[in-house]
Amino acid sequence: MSETTATLPVNESPSEQQELDKVIIRFAGDSGDGMQLAGTRFTDASAAFGNDLATFPSFPAEIRAPAGTLAGVSTFQVQIADFDILTPGDEPDVLVAMNPAGLKSNLKDVRPNGTIVVNSEAFIERNLHRAGYDKNPLEDGSLDSYRIISAPMETLTKEAVKETGVTGREVLRSKNFFALGLMAWLFNRPLDPTTEWLEKKFSKRPEVLNANLAALKAGWNFGLTTDAARTTYSVKPAKLEPGTYTNVTGNTAMAWGVIAAGQAAKLPVFYGTYPITPASDILHELSRHKNFGVKTFQAEDEIAGIGATVGAAFTGHLAFTGTSGPGLALKSETISLALMTELPLIIIDVQRGGPSTGLPTKPEQADLLFSIFGRHGEAPMPVLAAKSPSDAFAITIEAARIALKYMTPVIVLSDNSIATGSEPWNLPDVSKLPDISKPFLTGPNAGDEYLPYLRDPQTFARDWAVPGTPGLEHRIGGLEKQEVTGNVSYDPNNHQLMIDTRAWKIANIANDIDPVETDGDPDAKLLVLGWGSTYGVIQGAARRLLKRGVPVATAHLRHLNPFPANLGEVIRSFEKVLIPELNMGQLRHLIRAEYLVPAIGFNKVSAEPFKVSEVEKKILEIIES
Amino acid sequence: MTTLNYKRADFQSDQEVKWCPGCGDYTILASVQSYMAEMGVAREDVVFISGIGCSSRFPYYMNTYGMHSIHGRAPAIASGVITANPDLSVWVVTGDGDALSIGGNHLIHALRRNVNLKILLFNNQIYGLTKGQYSPTSEVGKTTKSTPLGSIDFPFNPVSLALGADASFVARTLDMDRKHTIEILKRAHEHEGTALIEIYQNCNVFNDKAFNALTGKEERDFNQIRMEDGEPIIFGPDREKAVVIENGVARIVDTNSVDPSQIHVHDSHQVNPSMAFALSRLSSHPDGPTPLGIFRDINRPVYDREVSRQIEAVTEKRGPGDLQKLIASQGTWTVE
Ligand code: SF4
Repeated sequence: MSETTATLPVNESPSEQQELDKVIIRFAGDSGDGMQLAGTRFTDASAAFGNDLATFPSFPAEIRAPAGTLAGVSTFQVQIADFDILTPGDEPDVLVAMNPAGLKSNLKDVRPNGTIVVNSEAFIERNLHRAGYDKNPLEDGSLDSYRIISAPMETLTKEAVKETGVTGREVLRSKNFFALGLMAWLFNRPLDPTTEWLEKKFSKRPEVLNANLAALKAGWNFGLTTDAARTTYSVKPAKLEPGTYTNVTGNTAMAWGVIAAGQAAKLPVFYGTYPITPASDILHELSRHKNFGVKTFQAEDEIAGIGATVGAAFTGHLAFTGTSGPGLALKSETISLALMTELPLIIIDVQRGGPSTGLPTKPEQADLLFSIFGRHGEAPMPVLAAKSPSDAFAITIEAARIALKYMTPVIVLSDNSIATGSEPWNLPDVSKLPDISKPFLTGPNAGDEYLPYLRDPQTFARDWAVPGTPGLEHRIGGLEKQEVTGNVSYDPNNHQLMIDTRAWKIANIANDIDPVETDGDPDAKLLVLGWGSTYGVIQGAARRLLKRGVPVATAHLRHLNPFPANLGEVIRSFEKVLIPELNMGQLRHLIRAEYLVPAIGFNKVSAEPFKVSEVEKKILEIIES
Repeated sequence: MTTLNYKRADFQSDQEVKWCPGCGDYTILASVQSYMAEMGVAREDVVFISGIGCSSRFPYYMNTYGMHSIHGRAPAIASGVITANPDLSVWVVTGDGDALSIGGNHLIHALRRNVNLKILLFNNQIYGLTKGQYSPTSEVGKTTKSTPLGSIDFPFNPVSLALGADASFVARTLDMDRKHTIEILKRAHEHEGTALIEIYQNCNVFNDKAFNALTGKEERDFNQIRMEDGEPIIFGPDREKAVVIENGVARIVDTNSVDPSQIHVHDSHQVNPSMAFALSRLSSHPDGPTPLGIFRDINRPVYDREVSRQIEAVTEKRGPGDLQKLIASQGTWTVE
């Protein structure tokens, strides 16, 4: 089977081939149609081909929403380019719609005169009705301004797989590979990466392997033989920085960052957590790599997830817990315990739309203020945020560095678009990871005495004495600690001192993190300041404007508490500051409060990331106002 | 390693003990410290984790590693400690409010997983630290500050609850009976897996004499049902009462009203928990005859050991992880 599909000539086409610098493709279908898989395979083939790319998967919260309905539509958008891009793009050039609902809910985003690839057989009465169409859009002329490539995907898939031994419902499962084959033809993508992936994935189920390969090939052949489109397209490899690249999602990069942090700290890793969308994939990935000495603990609830993490931190593991918004709320009390006991641990929050259960599968920069302030009492702690899928790796190591050096819990923020989105990542040489180890205390730290709350004069961190160490037996807990001894203390002056000390310890970290850097035009009057997943769109918008000669500068924060020491100076050197955020203005609140500047917000909470064009428009509006 | 030659004082910390005078917690502390001296585990390998409540001050008074944590969460935190280092001897000290109300979920899941924790549940049937509200083990009708008309909450039977969660070791003892307490502590330590020990503890300030039926000079001989492995369960000052189990239900009968072969012979090692459960239902409350001793003591895989075993097995099979290979494992391409 495999050799026939793998050797299809990549450039064989009866039609002309046109070179594009970038293209945006969106796959849309029922959540059972396998669109995420088709999208990921197309992405990996493009990655292997050397394109720069960025992806944005979006799916309903329900695992199987009612078939054929708008609510059940699952999409995967990918932008591929021959240059350095940072976002999955605004308007798809091509929409693959596996059913009427997929067409209806995505058509508004497709660029004028774009291409629409449809499974014509799904456009039947019942599906049209479910999607809210009175007439068949394939026949009523409403799509005349688009180029339509229509294929009877079900008949052709059935035909293709009939010799392979799959039966019943399995037969039509392969139709996403038909669609993928057709797209591979249209965009001159190599089939080998997909073939290899299928061979690995289904090595134990040859009939499914063969069916998928057959459908893939049939899709390609359909394009070739019917001359489905006059023109096929190619996007050349991008000229990225030299290096070895992989295509990585934020959740995977974060899981690898957890493992890497353990190695950089020379400590075994503990990951205590409770399943929650969209953070669970970090647990899944870590569970697969126990030979790195990783202990994963799937707890009975969010509280136990972090509770066990506190226990592991006390016992000398590099301890992480992962969650999303509602889980962070549940963990709040235990985070305070970690803060009071001054134990190093890292809390990963993959943000999603809130409040309450909110929008579990949609991106929102929902929890910045909650991360910084969401604890009872005076409870400052470091908060960091990844700016892109691949940055999730480095930011996790940075969080562990701060947690260990300062003996404190640290929150790292990701969000749904970082977690499930992907981008090429220039792989680091892991032998050059920083040494972030914090040696355990092995004997008395004050003459012949051990004082649990004696502090390092520079960092104010206490020593880490773990169970099993003779002579250092001690008790810690949530009650206020007496300075130095760590005994319970109700002394009011001591409480003031300890609150001041804990605050100073965290504030001082500002001197130990990279200063914020500005990009773009240093003489611009406007600074666009961002944090987290808006990095790509802000850069994208600024680059477009700079190309047109519009002066604008940008800066992006990875450290949200404390802020980099030079942030105030940077902000004050511009006349205006614009802060685009996928929330109602959380960073804006912080910046206004901290620096007393009239920062301007650009805010959106409509379950999707910013479009580059939106941010670009807003920047122009502010500059011209 | 140095030979362990501890005295009780080696396990006493320098902190002043601050329970109310006359509280049952003092006796339990003394029993635990005495047992620690003879347990045969190095002091640095002993960890006490507690939640919140009067009993949860316990770790401060133990000269071992310890954490006085937050309300109800001790089993979760202790699970992290023992999973990180299965060679430690980890003890959880908790109360009826801490373990059965706010922390009920963590308790049953620790029992279900069979994490190697020794859980000492000080049951005084009242909230002491918050000054006298009814607890999840208070009897129906109890008048407290929060139930001036009498409690309408039906209480838990902690032993039945633990058996229902498939706990591998469940026992009950009395604060006053130091010898019995120490014997149970020893058996719990020797047991591999979670051990739940319910300790009836007198709160002389808010719920005095709650266990009088079992501790009062006049009453105790009539009401203490001592369970010993291999022995028929017979009790009373003149051994005039006995326990029979029929159709899964345990009953108290006059010893001479039944054939001796009908009297239940205790076996805590029975894998099937039905007999242990039947015994636990003999008393819904300690105001009459109440079983004391070990209800269940069986072997099944221990969570923290299994975690380490899986890691060892997969490392043996695949070799230690190579991070550079891992980050390249999803396919790579090279840009020159
Ligand atoms: S309130 Fe009751 S349980 Fe608490 S210390 Fe006083 S006597 Fe003991």
